[in-house]
Amino acid sequence: MNMRHNMDDTVIKIQDAVVSYREDVALQGVSLEVKKGEFIGIIGPNGAGKTTMLTVINGLGKLVHGQAWVLGTRLNGGNCTNLRKRIGYVAQMERIDPRLPINVRETVMVGCYGCLGLLHRPNRAHWEKVDEVLEMVGIAHLAQRPIGHLSGGEYQRAAIARALVQQPEIFLLDEPTASIDQKAQREILNLIQLIHREYGMTTLFVTHDLRMLPSICQRLILMKDGKIWQQGDPESMLREDVLGQLYGGPMPVSTEIAS
Amino acid sequence: MSIFQYHFMQMAILAGVLGGVTCAVVGVFVVTMHLSFIGVCIAHAAFAGALLGLWLGFNPLIGALLFSLAAAAIIGPVADRGELNPDTSIGIIFSLMLGLAFLFMGLMHGARTEVLNLLWGSILTVNQQDMIFLAATTAVIVGLVAAFYKEIQAVICHREVALAVGIPATIIFYGLLFSTGVTVTASLQSIGGLLIFSLILNPAAAAYQLTYSLKRMIFIAVGFGVLSCWVGLAVSYFFDLPSGAAIVITSTIIFGLATAFSPKRKVKGWQHMPVTG
Repeated sequence: MNMRHNMDDTVIKIQDAVVSYREDVALQGVSLEVKKGEFIGIIGPNGAGKTTMLTVINGLGKLVHGQAWVLGTRLNGGNCTNLRKRIGYVAQMERIDPRLPINVRETVMVGCYGCLGLLHRPNRAHWEKVDEVLEMVGIAHLAQRPIGHLSGGEYQRAAIARALVQQPEIFLLDEPTASIDQKAQREILNLIQLIHREYGMTTLFVTHDLRMLPSICQRLILMKDGKIWQQGDPESMLREDVLGQLYGGPMPVSTEIAS
Repeated sequence: MSIFQYHFMQMAILAGVLGGVTCAVVGVFVVTMHLSFIGVCIAHAAFAGALLGLWLGFNPLIGALLFSLAAAAIIGPVADRGELNPDTSIGIIFSLMLGLAFLFMGLMHGARTEVLNLLWGSILTVNQQDMIFLAATTAVIVGLVAAFYKEIQAVICHREVALAVGIPATIIFYGLLFSTGVTVTASLQSIGGLLIFSLILNPAAAAYQLTYSLKRMIFIAVGFGVLSCWVGLAVSYFFDLPSGAAIVITSTIIFGLATAFSPKRKVKGWQHMPVTG
């Protein structure tokens, strides 16, 4: 089923989405609409459903109730694989075996494999695109290094590069600045903002660190207990009284926003 | 007369090449995905299935194939969904398969020469039917790896990412599990049910110590696998030792040497990404 109305500017529409993992309900009746080119921040305490929201959009999370339309297609179990080729996803930092037999360049090329299709090999143009993106994210000098030998900031740049080579229409970032030092955090934020300015992709950015909200955030979604608690422009959402209710305690508003 | 002029030795050498190649290639998947225990479980399932075939009087390879594929089909979702701790579930399936194997052995009447051959392996008595099955398995597995190399690389190195970029990662993952089962079945007669998994694991684990390139790892593992078979075969022939055991011990020595000279020796184990930028 395609969305006939508002096709030109609504790229994500979620209606009454419920997602559960065994006895835990991760999303409880969430509804959301996202316009093309929007940059949306999603914040909330641990367990609020932020990551699950992203996985509903790229089909990795299974809806037990409700509906979702992404890029004009209603999600069902069968069409998610194809849809994911058009969505760049930077997951939360994972544990990496430092002995893994794959280097940075090959890892970034993985981002192309879905779009290439089975039985097709990447050609020179694909490798040139990978090299171009490595240059853009600032890790071209690490191309031949084993992926398990990168620092946190370097690994996140590689993950962003891998998502970029897909030339995605939607960009999902799940805590891209977690577990890395402040300098690297600022660099990653600047990179994400540069990418958005350059490509204008619809971007959803999840963070639990309020200091790490990019200044180009146009809308903030506040999640709590598997629901969207509030949403609005950053100025009205980033207030001590609002955040205090969200996190259940005093939350000084000292957002250190990347310029 | 040179030993290479004997037909049985030519068959054994050829079985060593084919078995060494197939086991090594599959071993690369198992080692890189850290699925060693799953592979052991599948190997013992194949062994139990082969013994069922012997007991009931049908081709043991058919029993081995059915049981190994069934084990892969059960273990896959268990490992995937994490309903229980995967190690616990897989351990239970492993002990069930071992129990079934010894049950079928106990139920058999008469001489158990064939059972012992399946236990320890008998590369020197590989027949034409076994060879054809082994050759076909090698051709199919090598062909599939060549055809789907990039998808396999993505799945075994970054399975969640493979899913996220639109690769049919679940199908590839189960394909790799099933190929382990088929490989075990094809190599059962030559290497033996108790030892086959060592030939899958050891050459690939040795290669894992020596390179950060997946392609090179596959070629090195194949080299080690074939070398293990040939050296083990020679030791078995000249010193009158069980061939399966000689092959496995050779592969273990190769692994030891690879580890001793590994450029990855000083690399620490699994870790969260360091905090430094």
